[in-house]
Amino acid sequence: MKLIEVLGPGCSNCKRVEAAANEAVAMTGVAAEVRHVTDYAEIASRGVMNTPGLIIDGRVMSTGRVPSASDIAAWLIE
Amino acid sequence: MTTLAVRRAHVPLWLTVLGGTVLWLVAWFINLPLSLWLTFEVLGLDPTSQFGQAVAFFLYDVPKVMLLLTGIVTLVSFLRSFVAPEKVRSALAGRNAVIGTVAAAAFGIITPFCSCSAVPLFIGFVEAGVPLGVTFAFLVASPMVNEVAIVLLWGLVGPELTIAYVLAGLTVAIAAGLVIGRLGMERYVEDYVWKVRAGSVAVDFRPTMSDRVRDAWRSTVDIIGRIWPWVVGGIAVGALLHGYVPTELVVKIGGPDIPLAVPALVALGVPLYGNAAGTIPIIEALLGKGLPVGSALAFMMAITALSFPEMVILRKVMKPRLLTTFVAVVAAGIIVIGYLFNWLT
Repeated sequence: MKLIEVLGPGCSNCKRVEAAANEAVAMTGVAAEVRHVTDYAEIASRGVMNTPGLIIDGRVMSTGRVPSASDIAAWLIE
Repeated sequence: MTTLAVRRAHVPLWLTVLGGTVLWLVAWFINLPLSLWLTFEVLGLDPTSQFGQAVAFFLYDVPKVMLLLTGIVTLVSFLRSFVAPEKVRSALAGRNAVIGTVAAAAFGIITPFCSCSAVPLFIGFVEAGVPLGVTFAFLVASPMVNEVAIVLLWGLVGPELTIAYVLAGLTVAIAAGLVIGRLGMERYVEDYVWKVRAGSVAVDFRPTMSDRVRDAWRSTVDIIGRIWPWVVGGIAVGALLHGYVPTELVVKIGGPDIPLAVPALVALGVPLYGNAAGTIPIIEALLGKGLPVGSALAFMMAITALSFPEMVILRKVMKPRLLTTFVAVVAAGIIVIGYLFNWLT
């Protein structure tokens, strides 16, 4: 079970990353939970300053951009 | 099921960029003849009439501004994908106050900033030991001196006012940073901010060149999709103002004879947040009608730098006293700049 965390206070780009993550999970069939982290203290404590951020199992895969669903899918099956 | 199957067929990157550039240039050069042809041939309006002039102005300015926005915003978004706030932060931590503040204001121009990133940025900066004043210089400059405002000012009003705006914005940001730094307001930062232990983060994946181009294009489409109604509406109102509003009226209301015009325009700018796109064309028309340059600059700066949504977000990391100080210092700086320019011109 993988843990995908989307970091962002809920702006439009953060929602886009969350949608892409869900799509990637559906695409690959990998068992993963998508969590949206909106708490500022928690976002900052992960070291992400540039939202939205995407973390897969503790590895920061992207910050400040919206990766595509196929990017995320590739990271998931990696 | 493979993920490769869902990837679209790839056009080479250079071809996409070249094609886009060619299309842009063609559109740029046919804009003037096309707008004249549409107004006076297709619509058959009288070139000497006020209405004909207003329509020609509108049909020329809307595509011009849209093209400028598309080109510049894409380019800037692409370039800024190379500048991470993490790098800015380490460049700013532990500098002398004056140099740090000036550098922070300058970084504010190029660094990505949407109001939803304000809080993580603030925490990240403060927590890494960037002085409060330096952090504020960045927070003020970043939204104020942004590419959309610069493009619109340059395209609609002209280079002189654009340069004045950028310099004035940097001045206000630096002055606000120095003042807030001097006031020693660290205890008015919300307590939890000091407790956050942010590790420095290494991003495990580096976007490729075509990722960066695609991201830049997407964010451009996103930005233009949001602001185009304001741009079109603003230019329409501006075109009408050109023809139909008497100069005396504007000079009377916003002119140098009314000393409170500058603070009044600053107050009016706060609720207009995010509408720089719709306001700049109107300001352009009013400038032609005698609105003083300083009043126009102060109005513009208030629109971009002071906003309710941003204040609400910043309240999460600042106690009311610090937030009030921040707003008061920035507003005062903008008002001083407004009077100064009115007095100089």
